[in-house]
Amino acid sequence: MSEDGTRSYYGQPVIKEPVWSPEIPAYLFTGGLAGASAGLAYLAGLRGDEELARRAWIAAGAGVSASPLLLISDLGVPRRFLNMLRMFKVTSPMSVGSWILSASGLATSVATANAVTGALPRAAAAARPAAALLGLPLSTYTAALLTNTAIPVWHEARGVLAFVFAGGSAASAGAVAVAVTPPRHAGPARRVAVGGAAAELIALAAMERRLGELGEPLRSGRAGTLNRLAKGITLAGAAVIGARAGRSRAAAVAGGAILAAGTLAERWAIFRAGFQSAADPKYVVGPQRRRIEEGTARGGSRQAPRLASA
Amino acid sequence: MRHGYDDPKPRVGFFTDTSVCIGCKACEVACKEWNQIPDSNQGFTGHSYDNTVDLGADTWRHVAFIEQRVPVDADGGASLVEAAERGGLVESSGVATYQEGDGLRWLMSSDVCKHCTEAACLEVCPTGALFRTEFGTVVVQEDVCNGCGYCVSACPFGVLDRREGDGRVWKCTLCYDRLKDDREPACAQACPTNSIQFGEVDELRERAEQRLAKLRDDGQSEARLYLADEEDGIGGAGAFFLLLDEPEVYGLPPDPVDSRRHLGSIWAATGAAAAALGAGLVAAVFGGR
Repeated sequence: MSEDGTRSYYGQPVIKEPVWSPEIPAYLFTGGLAGASAGLAYLAGLRGDEELARRAWIAAGAGVSASPLLLISDLGVPRRFLNMLRMFKVTSPMSVGSWILSASGLATSVATANAVTGALPRAAAAARPAAALLGLPLSTYTAALLTNTAIPVWHEARGVLAFVFAGGSAASAGAVAVAVTPPRHAGPARRVAVGGAAAELIALAAMERRLGELGEPLRSGRAGTLNRLAKGITLAGAAVIGARAGRSRAAAVAGGAILAAGTLAERWAIFRAGFQSAADPKYVVGPQRRRIEEGTARGGSRQAPRLASA
Repeated sequence: MRHGYDDPKPRVGFFTDTSVCIGCKACEVACKEWNQIPDSNQGFTGHSYDNTVDLGADTWRHVAFIEQRVPVDADGGASLVEAAERGGLVESSGVATYQEGDGLRWLMSSDVCKHCTEAACLEVCPTGALFRTEFGTVVVQEDVCNGCGYCVSACPFGVLDRREGDGRVWKCTLCYDRLKDDREPACAQACPTNSIQFGEVDELRERAEQRLAKLRDDGQSEARLYLADEEDGIGGAGAFFLLLDEPEVYGLPPDPVDSRRHLGSIWAATGAAAAALGAGLVAAVFGGR
């Protein structure tokens, strides 16, 4: 029995820690960056900000190029990556996400290629809105991926995590665009960066409040350190962009880099917190035991026999 | 028409009656032998006689050993030995899984994949490597699995794991090859006390209810069935248990839930967040001066 009263089998984990490697939080970042960058690029193009649009398309293209490489590298059998497209399963966010990433990768690549070379104007005209639209679920489906598991801190964050990722995606897309675009063309990107960062931090606070005691892995250990660090970096990056990036190119580059790093660190913190919550049986058993005690679930066991004859 | 089979077989599974488990680990050995599973940790854990540690890619049966010094009779505070002297529990029910004389209670239980009715692993598998067989069991196709690891995080029991150096996920198949040949799984055949009973799930459930009633009549008030009906969070298991303490004492989750039950709200939140992102981008890009 642990000090908080949870009984366990020699303190051993009840569930397995994820087998996912650091490629996955990196992908959470690149996928979100690609998705929100495509939206930013498309909208900037509509607004007539060609300088910003072109750079944001390049960021989106870089994101969708890196993403499949990261995902394939994480597989136990990388050469079987195409098995991801053997079927479409709505019960599997990873399956849905594989199709979203494939379609969004295709559309974004065409749009990016045209933004750089100008060689595919007609294909790009169709690809741009498609990439922008597909970029939205590309930015948030990863929350479904993490929350549709038995990992306590992820699963219990299921109502809010998608909003954390949506904010983080916008922040990263804005940050990268701010860093690579001359300040006088980067106004919309700055607003996306600061607004995204604010949305991410607000959603994070809501998530941690919702998690309550179960949010402990986000406050303790390595994930806790990362989480605090990430929030500080995100805030600092957004502040630099908000205050100085409109006037100084150097501040734009620094603020963009800092904010992007903050959103990456936040993904990493949430990823690591999942591991911490899987490793300690109190996070798995505690909430389940509470559901039984509160009467909201019967639980897996039953002491009264049910006899057909009795 | 169950699960798309034109000619489904009756659903089969295990009833593991832990009250007669003697901790011999014959099930572990038979499973390893028959399924040609690589060897696993050969160290000593200090956790009673359990050096297998847990279920995983290379351990499809795992015998847990729990040593307790607890009163058996919740009302009177008597040890099991005293209870046995009083009621002749050993003679009438066959419960003899306890050390005699010192009031020490020794629980043993052979754990295995639960072959859930609502199997989260199968539902999240993006490649279709995990599938429901004609016997109602859940099996990984090793020629399809690409080692994405989603099932590992989805399983509420920590059953599945990726095999080192192989990259694919492996777990109990309920001896699919033997079932096709009308033979019982290797672990059940090897079990000398019939703690592991194999059969059709409907029939096993009846047997389990009778066993539970018998134990309770004999004064074993802590006996309980685990995952033996549809009213839990996984719609019942193909492999269920009779336990003598709370599930978490055996390393089992007390209220396992198939995460698919929340998938509707998960997709709704994902969609709402995507829409909010779209609206936010529009507002930010067009909202400036």
